[in-house]
Amino acid sequence: MLEIKDIEHLATLARIKLSDAEKAKFQKEIEPILGYVAKLKEITSVTGEEKQAGEHRNITRPDADVTETGTNTKKIVAGFPEHDGDYLKVKKIL
Amino acid sequence: MAIDLKHLTIEKAHDALAKGEYSAVDLAKAYLDEIKKKDGEIHAYLEVFSDVIEQAKHADEIIKSGKAALLTGIPLAVKDNILIEGKVASSASKILEHYRAAYDATVIKKLKQDGAVFLGRTNMDEFAMGGSTENSAYGPTKNPHDTTRVPGGSSGGSAAAVAAGLALAALGSDTGGSIREPASFCGIVGLKPTYGAVSRYGVMAMGSSLDQIGPFGNTVADTEILFNAIKGQDAMDGTSMDFPEKKPKSKMKIGVPRDLLTIGGIDEAVLKTFNESLEKLRKLGHEIVDIVLPNVKYSLAVYYIIVPAEVSSNMARFDGMRYGTRVPGANGIEEYFLSREAGLGAEVKRRIIIGTYVLSSGYYDAYYNKANTVRDIIRDDYRKAFEKVDVIATPTAPSVAFKLGEKLSDPLAMYLEDIFTVPMNLAGVPAISVPAGFKEIDGKKLPIGIQFIANHGGERTLFALGRNFLGEK
Repeated sequence: MLEIKDIEHLATLARIKLSDAEKAKFQKEIEPILGYVAKLKEITSVTGEEKQAGEHRNITRPDADVTETGTNTKKIVAGFPEHDGDYLKVKKIL
Repeated sequence: MAIDLKHLTIEKAHDALAKGEYSAVDLAKAYLDEIKKKDGEIHAYLEVFSDVIEQAKHADEIIKSGKAALLTGIPLAVKDNILIEGKVASSASKILEHYRAAYDATVIKKLKQDGAVFLGRTNMDEFAMGGSTENSAYGPTKNPHDTTRVPGGSSGGSAAAVAAGLALAALGSDTGGSIREPASFCGIVGLKPTYGAVSRYGVMAMGSSLDQIGPFGNTVADTEILFNAIKGQDAMDGTSMDFPEKKPKSKMKIGVPRDLLTIGGIDEAVLKTFNESLEKLRKLGHEIVDIVLPNVKYSLAVYYIIVPAEVSSNMARFDGMRYGTRVPGANGIEEYFLSREAGLGAEVKRRIIIGTYVLSSGYYDAYYNKANTVRDIIRDDYRKAFEKVDVIATPTAPSVAFKLGEKLSDPLAMYLEDIFTVPMNLAGVPAISVPAGFKEIDGKKLPIGIQFIANHGGERTLFALGRNFLGEK
């Protein structure tokens, strides 16, 4: 059973501020969802076929036609919430 | 001149444009007029672009030069999570309310090369999380068949636009049914391509191991034309690849997983339409056989572990730092908390919390690892089934379009709408929803779809069967 303090802990890990009403709402709503997905516990022995080779592979490309520095700068800077010239401005971290 | 939009197809419009019966500008204006007349009520669009006529003029130039492709001058609607350079792309979220795309998604780049015309960006569930378009931060879209009902989701705006004649075809994205369920609810055709068939460069990631961009159309042929224009390997998406074209058989063996239809909660009218559709397929010369997919019943449980897990990771980038809405706070960390509190909606937060839970230390093995193992055996179920049959058929959704607000307070009930559509995303196989019938409620005819599923790369088989089923040439 998830308690309010569990929801608070998860919200902190996820960097989201929740109101007290939201915490109570999520506590009530998430419980049945976790109850539903818990039915996977029914499957005790998993006898899936072996994974086929090549399913996961790295994709690389030649170091050619590199985008020149500054090509996209203007467009990216335009999306910054705050900027100083081409610098992204954020609050002091330390 | 008046253009008959009601019976228009891409091929007909292409012919008329090529013959000069009307121009791309005329066609674009006809759709803009329709949008002006009807979209106040439907709310399929979040924004109608201001440069539609300029785009159409450019298409007319291509047509005049004799180099028109099938999609040149064809007016399309685009889901709000697909980037078009310079245009706002908000994913129907407050956190991206003013975000302008810095580049074109690969699918957009391809369509621009063809000279297609983008009418606007369509409403959706925020970041594609939902099955009704009610999770949009900008208000819900209404179903054109009954405006007291949802259009389905998450690509509800795109589906409603095509169904209401506010675009000739549209793009959506499908992570667990977000193209097929709204196609079923709105009575049109929608395809979720094979995982990897269409580049996802420039679509906002939701569940990265499941997401695919796909087309909506009024006909199977329109859907196929749009799919052919956007598919193919792309260096910008490492999961994309070209699939060898397989010539479809004319008489197919169609498998029906009967055990999945007995789970309860399926509307009688949906089952009746499904059985009648199978009879129709049999009369068309196809063979119908029962199959068993023993582990597919666990799909929804697997899905609602994997999706929140991937969501909690993918949504971490929306923190108000580099783009999007930033809410000022005492320090940088507080700005994360405040920006995400103000910018993200309830369903997004709910999934982030669940995802954080299933990925957290001590629960990871029981949830996420287990889900991935079961996902593998579900994939095996399909692999084995496709050794015996060409196509699998199921209903697309367990019900017809439900009332606005009906399931909003019960997330689990909303999730159960995806029961027939999520397994294909888990297995990566392609699936198409085509209109199969109606259920009449209060004098309104509400559409019911049937879903055809093929093996990886089997889109042509789906188009062939869909056309045959609907009696298209």
